[in-house]
Amino acid sequence: MALELRQITSRIGGITHVKPTNLVLQPGAFNVLLGATGAGKTSLIKVMAGLARATSGQILMNGQDVTKDSPQKRNISLVHQFFVNYPHMTVFDNIASPLRVAGMAKSEIQGRVEAAADVLRLRPMLKRRPHELSGGQQQRTALARAIAKESTAVFLDEPLANLDYKLREELRDQLPDLFAGRGAVVVYATSEPEEALMLGGYTALMDDGAVTQFGATAEIYRHPQNLTSARVFSQPPINAAEVTKQGRRARLANGVQWELSGKAADLRDGAYTVAIRPHHVSPVRMGGDQVELHGKVSVTELSGSESSAHFTLGDGSWVSLAPGVHPYKVGTDHAFYMDPSKCFYFAPDGALVA
Amino acid sequence: MKTENQKAWFFVLPVLLLVAFNALIPMMTVVNYSVQETFGDNVFFWQGLDWFEQLLRSERFHASLGRQFLFTGIILLIQIPLGVVIALAMPRQGFWVPVCLVLMALPMLIPWNVVGAMWNIFTLPDIGLVGYFLNHTLGITYDMTQNPLAAWITIIVMDVWHWTSLVVLLAYAGLVSIPDAYYQAARIDGASNWSVFRFIQLPKMKQVLTIAILLRFMDSFNIYTEPFVLTGGGPGNSTTLLSIDLVKIALGQFDLGPAAAMSLIYFAITLLVSWLFYTLMTRNDAK
Repeated sequence: MALELRQITSRIGGITHVKPTNLVLQPGAFNVLLGATGAGKTSLIKVMAGLARATSGQILMNGQDVTKDSPQKRNISLVHQFFVNYPHMTVFDNIASPLRVAGMAKSEIQGRVEAAADVLRLRPMLKRRPHELSGGQQQRTALARAIAKESTAVFLDEPLANLDYKLREELRDQLPDLFAGRGAVVVYATSEPEEALMLGGYTALMDDGAVTQFGATAEIYRHPQNLTSARVFSQPPINAAEVTKQGRRARLANGVQWELSGKAADLRDGAYTVAIRPHHVSPVRMGGDQVELHGKVSVTELSGSESSAHFTLGDGSWVSLAPGVHPYKVGTDHAFYMDPSKCFYFAPDGALVA
Repeated sequence: MKTENQKAWFFVLPVLLLVAFNALIPMMTVVNYSVQETFGDNVFFWQGLDWFEQLLRSERFHASLGRQFLFTGIILLIQIPLGVVIALAMPRQGFWVPVCLVLMALPMLIPWNVVGAMWNIFTLPDIGLVGYFLNHTLGITYDMTQNPLAAWITIIVMDVWHWTSLVVLLAYAGLVSIPDAYYQAARIDGASNWSVFRFIQLPKMKQVLTIAILLRFMDSFNIYTEPFVLTGGGPGNSTTLLSIDLVKIALGQFDLGPAAAMSLIYFAITLLVSWLFYTLMTRNDAK
C-alpha cells in the first residue's frame, strides 16, 4: 500500500493552492508535511483525501487511480485541528459512525470501537457526549474514529495545535505507536520543525504551494537541497547572508571573512548565500577556527534551558541559540562565534552547492 | 472590625424602580381591576375571584382560546419547517447572500397594521389582486369576509409571509456557524444529505431553533394587529383570537373586570407554555 501523487496541482477560483507535486508516501512511518501557515499543507491534504478536486495530475492508492473517487471510496480518515465530533452522539457512536455507514455488523462494530477506545484510553468516556469531554479527550475521540475505521490513509492536519502544551507532548509521543503496524499511510501536517523532528519518519517540506524537498526527516534536516528548504526546516529561522568567495576565502558584506574547507573551497569564485542554523552561532567561543561576528543585540529570549539573541549583522538580522543563560544587554554590541564547518552554501538560484 | 451598613440597597433601588414602573405597577392595576366591578365615577365593588370563575366557565372564552391555540399550532407547524428549508436552500457565500438576506428581512420591516391593510386590499374579491384573480380568472369562490375558511387561510398565509423570515434568519445564522470541518467529516464517512441534516445541521441549529420557536410561539399567541385589521375577527366570530376577544370585552363592552381577569389568564398561559417549552427543549443539554 502506497499513496502516490503524480504531477498533482490544485487551483481554486484562479488561485494556485498546490503547484505540480510528485510524492510517494509509504505506510509504516509518519509522513510529515512541514510548512508555514498558508504553505499549502491543508490544500494538499484535501486533494489527497478527495475533499478537493485535483486540477490536474493523478493520485494512486496501491497502484490504483483514485483521482476521481469520493473521499468515502478512498477509505481515508481525517483528523482536524478543530475537534470535530458529531455533537449529540456519544463517544461510542462517534467512533462507530463510519463503520455504521459502511454497514458493518453490530458485533464487529462493538469490538472495533472498544479496541480503539482502549488504545486511546477512552473506555470510561464511551457513554459521554463530546461537550462533556476535555479538548484532549475530544481529539482522542477523533483519533479513535480514524483507528477503528482501519482506513488505508490517515490524514492528521495539525491535530495537536489546539491542545495545551502537556497534552500535546503526551499525544505526540503516542501518535507514532498508535498508527504503527496498521498498514495505513499516515500523513501529518505541522508548522513546527521541532514536531517533524520528534515524529521522525519522512518529511515533505512545503513552501508557497510546492514541495521543496522530501526524504527521511533527519536526512533532509542535515542536507537541505535548497535555501527554501533550509528556511522551512529551521526554528528559529536559519541565518542567511550574501557572501563572496574568492580563492579559499569567503567574505561577508561587512568584511568578516573566513577560510573555506572541503567542498566549499573548490567552488568557483563568485557570489553565494551562506546559511547557518541559530544553534551553531554561539556567544561563547567553542574552538580555535571559529569566526567572530559582532552585532547589536535587539531581542533576547529565554526558553527553558536555552537563550536566544537576535542581533544585527550588516543589514541583516541574525539569531543565536545557545544552551544556558547568557547575560545579553539589549542595544549593545556582543561577540558571537560561528562554526564555519556548519555553514551551508547556496548558489544564486538557491540550490545547495556545499 | 467589619463595618456593616445598608448602602447596598441604594444600588438595587434603580432596578427596583425600573421594574416597578415597567412591570409591577401596570400589572397590579390589572390585578386590581380583575377582582372588582366598576360602574365609573371611580366606584368599585369587591368581586373576589368571580370574574375568573365566570371566564373559565364561559364558552366564548373556550372558543377564542381554542382558536388561538389552533392558530399558533398551525403557524409553528408551517413556519418552523419552512424557515429551516429556506435557510438550507440559501447560498452560504457569494453575491447572492446579501440579496437573500435583505429580501428575507423586508417583510419584517413593514408595520403590522400596514401588513393587515395590505393583505386586506390584496384579497378583496372585486379589486384585490389575489381576490380578483381567484374569483374571476380561476373561478374559485374566495371571499374572506363571507367564508370562515377563506379568512383563516388568509390570516395564516399573511403571518407566514410576515414572520417566516425570522425563522429563516435565525436558522441561517445557526447554519453558517457550522465549521466546514463537519461537512468534510460527513463526506469522508459517506453520509447522505439527510444524515448531514439530521446529525450535523439539526443538532447545531438546535439552540437558535429553540429561540425561534419560543419567539414565534409568543408572537403568534399574542397576535392582534394584523388579524384585527384584516378580518376584525370575522366573519362572525370565526377569526376572533384571544387578543381580539379581549379588546372587544375591554373596549367594546367596557367590561373592565372580566377583561382584566382574562388578561391575567392570557398572560399566565403564555408564560406557562413558554416555560414548559423552554424547559423541555433545554433539558437534554443539562444531562
